[in-house]
Amino acid sequence: MKQPRFLALAALVLSFVVLLAACGSEGGDTDTDDQPAAGGTSGSEEPEGPDCAVDSLALYQEGQLTIATDKPAYEPWFKGNDPTNGKGFESAVAYAVAEEMGFTRDQVEWVVEPFNKSYAPGPKNYDFDINQISITPKREEAVDFSEGYYDVNQALITLEDSDIADASSVTELKDAKLGAQVGTTSFAYIQQYIEPSDQPFTYDNTNDAKSALRAGQIDGIVVDLPTAFFITAVEIPGSKVAGQFTTQGAAPEQFGLLFESGNPLVECVDQAITTLKDDGTLAQIQDEWLSQAVDAPVIE
Amino acid sequence: MLGDRRAVLVSSVSTIVFFVVLGAAIFLAPGSREVAHDFFSFEAMREALVGTNTTPSVLSSFWLNVRMFLVAEVFILVLALVIAVIRQMPGPALFPLRLVAVIYTDFFRGVPLLLVIYIMGFGIPGLAIPGISDRSPVVLGVAALVLSYSAYVAEVYRAGIESVHESQVIGARSLGLSRWQSMRFVVLPQAVRRVIPPLLNDFISLQKDTALVAVLGPIEAARAAAIYGSDRFNYSSFVVAALLFILLTIPLARFTDHLVARDRKRRRGGAMA
Repeated sequence: MKQPRFLALAALVLSFVVLLAACGSEGGDTDTDDQPAAGGTSGSEEPEGPDCAVDSLALYQEGQLTIATDKPAYEPWFKGNDPTNGKGFESAVAYAVAEEMGFTRDQVEWVVEPFNKSYAPGPKNYDFDINQISITPKREEAVDFSEGYYDVNQALITLEDSDIADASSVTELKDAKLGAQVGTTSFAYIQQYIEPSDQPFTYDNTNDAKSALRAGQIDGIVVDLPTAFFITAVEIPGSKVAGQFTTQGAAPEQFGLLFESGNPLVECVDQAITTLKDDGTLAQIQDEWLSQAVDAPVIE
Repeated sequence: MLGDRRAVLVSSVSTIVFFVVLGAAIFLAPGSREVAHDFFSFEAMREALVGTNTTPSVLSSFWLNVRMFLVAEVFILVLALVIAVIRQMPGPALFPLRLVAVIYTDFFRGVPLLLVIYIMGFGIPGLAIPGISDRSPVVLGVAALVLSYSAYVAEVYRAGIESVHESQVIGARSLGLSRWQSMRFVVLPQAVRRVIPPLLNDFISLQKDTALVAVLGPIEAARAAAIYGSDRFNYSSFVVAALLFILLTIPLARFTDHLVARDRKRRRGGAMA
């Protein structure tokens, strides 16, 4: 008499699990709304290009532009750890892009996305991420990038009395103990182009790297040039920007806005960025927030 | 007999059905092909294991974990024993020592290991004590592991010591052994043998916790796996690192079983088959 009850239970469990599996996980892809242009709101100049009128954009959340960045939001890219104030290079760029696309300031919503998660493949819960993310071919396989909005150079920070504080070539760094944030192009640069004899240290975030430099556990940190200037000017007394590294490879490293793979919004954002470049807004923002990041000696 | 056979049949069938259903749920899931590629790609595992021009080798980074836990374990076993013995020493004169031992175990079992590592890894260099502050992050990390784990292992030893029956001590004392001699020759050998499984448990746990030292900078296996993962977007490196840890754990666990069985056989003295 126990047999039929067991079979009934097994059948129930089986059907329940198969039901779960069949439902699967929702993809979370943004819906593409293919409506014809609703009469250009900001006077778009390309009649045959993608439709970039604000009302017909494919957004993560309707009616708002959802932008992601990390927490803490480091200077000089943001100010006061608050992306909403429009201060700091990346905050200013984000709001400029939003305005160019036809959004008002209140339509911009910020969410938090840790740096290391941002360029991993998979659905995103934002429209784009702005967080000093360099465009690399590997990352482009997993996510989509906009046009670059800033040309990056890697730089070296050391303490003023360090042996490598006056290094002028990469060979002088071979015996140095270097550090970088894990998963960054800075770390990849060390591995590929500096190739120190002692394996570099990696840190979960720039704060830990700074602690290590202060503690003398590493001789230098490799990080992008503007961040390097901020760290040496404000955060670590007695440190200096030893120099900036040359660009390796054909094209300069660039920061780009990061999108979920296949997001149709990229084209409209690219249009906005191109316009900002052409009319000088981007250069102006750069002058305002990143002006010191130009004069550092070059380390060959 | 009939009932037995039916019981075996029912339990086997239900186990098989359970795993088939679980497997079906996993393989029928919409993302299963991507997961197979992203987590179980042999090519990626091989690449991660030996390293590439932008990522360190998981295998050689694993060697750092091994060195760390071998060194740490030696210190832990000794320090924890000292603390456990101090804790159970009687007499009012030794009260301050006992108090220190109690505070030590409470404190280091209370504070999360990660915090201990951070505080020691970045705080001690900040103190700028010559000879101590300029130790490498690996040394500071191992020191943090030793301090933290000794608190747990001391309690394990204490449980072993207290499990040795009172009559053993009484017998030893009546034979003329001093308190220290009865501890050393009668109680401790029995106590330690009894707690070998939990000691091994803590040792295995220690092997995994060496991964936390990566926050101080050194690249160990799990960090090397993470570097590969964020460079290539393939997380098979994590599976490879996990396999390395498992490969270490299984022989150790079987060795402990062997030790325990051998000890049990000795104590029975061949009385039971």
